[in-house]
Amino acid sequence: MNWFHHLIILPILLPIITAAGLIPVDERNRTLKGVIGFTSTVVVFLISILLMQSAASPGEGEGGASVYLLGNWPAPFGIVLVLDRLSALMLVLTGLLAMATQVFAMAKWHRAGHHFHSLFQLMLAGLNGAFLTGDLFNLFVFFEMMLAASYGLLLHGSGPMRVKAGLHYIAVNLAASSLFLIGVSLIYGATGTLNMADLAMRIATIGPESRMLMEAGAALLGIAFLVKAGMWPLGFWLPATYSAATPPVAAIFAILTKVGIYILLRLSMLLFGSDAGGSLGFGQPILLYGGLLTIGFGAIGVLASQAMGRLAGYCVLVSSGTLMAAVGLGNGAVIGGALFYLVSSTLTICAFFLLIELVERARDAGADVLAVTMEAYGDVDENEEEKEGGVAVPGTMAVLGLCFCTCAILLSGLPPLSGFLAKFAMLHGLFNPGSFGSEAPVSGAEWAYTALLILSGLAAMIAMNRVGIRTFWTSIEGTIPRVFLIEIAPVLLLLTACVFLSFQAGPAMRYMDATAKSLGEPQNYIGRVMQAPRAGAAGGQ
Amino acid sequence: MELVLSAGIGVLTASGVWLLFRPRTYQVIIGLSLLSYAVNLFIFGMGRLRVNAPPVLEPGGTGGLLTHTDPIPQALVLTAIVIGFAMTALFLVVLLASRGFTGTDHVDGRE
Repeated sequence: MNWFHHLIILPILLPIITAAGLIPVDERNRTLKGVIGFTSTVVVFLISILLMQSAASPGEGEGGASVYLLGNWPAPFGIVLVLDRLSALMLVLTGLLAMATQVFAMAKWHRAGHHFHSLFQLMLAGLNGAFLTGDLFNLFVFFEMMLAASYGLLLHGSGPMRVKAGLHYIAVNLAASSLFLIGVSLIYGATGTLNMADLAMRIATIGPESRMLMEAGAALLGIAFLVKAGMWPLGFWLPATYSAATPPVAAIFAILTKVGIYILLRLSMLLFGSDAGGSLGFGQPILLYGGLLTIGFGAIGVLASQAMGRLAGYCVLVSSGTLMAAVGLGNGAVIGGALFYLVSSTLTICAFFLLIELVERARDAGADVLAVTMEAYGDVDENEEEKEGGVAVPGTMAVLGLCFCTCAILLSGLPPLSGFLAKFAMLHGLFNPGSFGSEAPVSGAEWAYTALLILSGLAAMIAMNRVGIRTFWTSIEGTIPRVFLIEIAPVLLLLTACVFLSFQAGPAMRYMDATAKSLGEPQNYIGRVMQAPRAGAAGGQ
Repeated sequence: MELVLSAGIGVLTASGVWLLFRPRTYQVIIGLSLLSYAVNLFIFGMGRLRVNAPPVLEPGGTGGLLTHTDPIPQALVLTAIVIGFAMTALFLVVLLASRGFTGTDHVDGRE
């Protein structure tokens, strides 16, 4: 119980305080608000790195989960915050995305409406809370906090398109929240607890009549998260919403689907893992086949997309589907690779959403709608005279083009960058379970997963090639976009993070594998939560 | 009492879901409201139905499930009501904005 222990609460507390503090500041001082908000985000990011180090340090014990008792109530009764490798990883990822998008927004987009920075901070608080909490109802509260802020952010900038997308988004999420509540209360009614660790202990021993209710509750809860994660057929709202949002908002929304994935991963490993008794592996087939269908649907959508915003939206679906199916496979070796994929794909998609806006500044509005039609009916300007000696590419377009190429390589999973390494790690885990599982023959679903993983990469490559050629090679005569340094810097930061991840793949994969291993042994997590010492009682201040 | 409560939840849910799938924004918001009432009653029911049993202890007294009702669902339902109410208000604003932009109350913004 030293000061370090209290750091766990700061990723939630600091954004809330900042958000509240920013509200009275006059809207005309946007830059000041932005700087204050950014400072808070950076501090939270640094704290997350410290937390990650402490979660990964072997001195903390094998699981490395540290528990924070809110209000100093002992574990099953009070609400707990739990920091383990997985939640620390998500905190760091959120921090990285938040820093990049906030800087990007400060160039122009935060002027499009009111209270951008307050809403942004509130969403960070909700995200961090959802990653840290160890209590189901508290999870609902943080989830709603994140969603409420995301409604505001989606409507940021207003306009008919955003209001229409917002209307659908809010209606879908409110209905999903109702399912969330029904699920939570069913679980409480059947088991009498809301603490995840306590729940995991009780699941093995509950009677058959309660087990049915508990499983129904878990299934309803799962639907709420699958709506958020965009599983087919629950994810039709996603591409329209993401392409209607302002670019920095769409970029930070890349992490929202991963909240759904995070909770599915957490709950299925904790509640329906090796100790679950009669509920062992509950819901895994749904996740697996749903994930496969989502990858398929996303890949078709990627190919069919005419606008880049929608293309990115379908990339989000492909990424979600890949992760869902990986969770559904329930193979620890695959989950290690899937976590690596989660980090890499989230960073890439975030960078891509930011990049789209910069690239599209140079294009006229109708061009992208025509692109696919022109592919189908042949080029209309075939007879145009070829210029001698080619065209000089302006510097801005060269930088944007390089970033676009990097995004394309990462999204389609080509070597040598982290997108390839992530997919390779997943497939390697699939065929060589190693220490994680038995040497069972590879099943049909696993072959389907392998095929879809590779085909979705191919689809992304074709779509990115088409869009890239249309944008960078055939429209040079168009205006050159004016890009500020603080707009391209976040994109470069995110892509550099991916490149860094590729070079440091060894240590990163060791961390991910250790995370997957600790998720596979929930006893450690449960023990840590249930035996967490109260401040002042045993450990002393 | 069990029958009345379950029938009430059932009717609210059925009407809520039906309205949720209607094309007018006003119907959708009423549907969401009815759905959230049903959910709130359901959460309340998960603490088991008890009459004349207080959810809080007297000072100095001891409690048990024979004399007291479960206080947690009551606390949960309070949170759920507040959050649901705030979200309905927000949805109302978006509904009006959509009406202002498109001139129609269809959920897709066109007839």
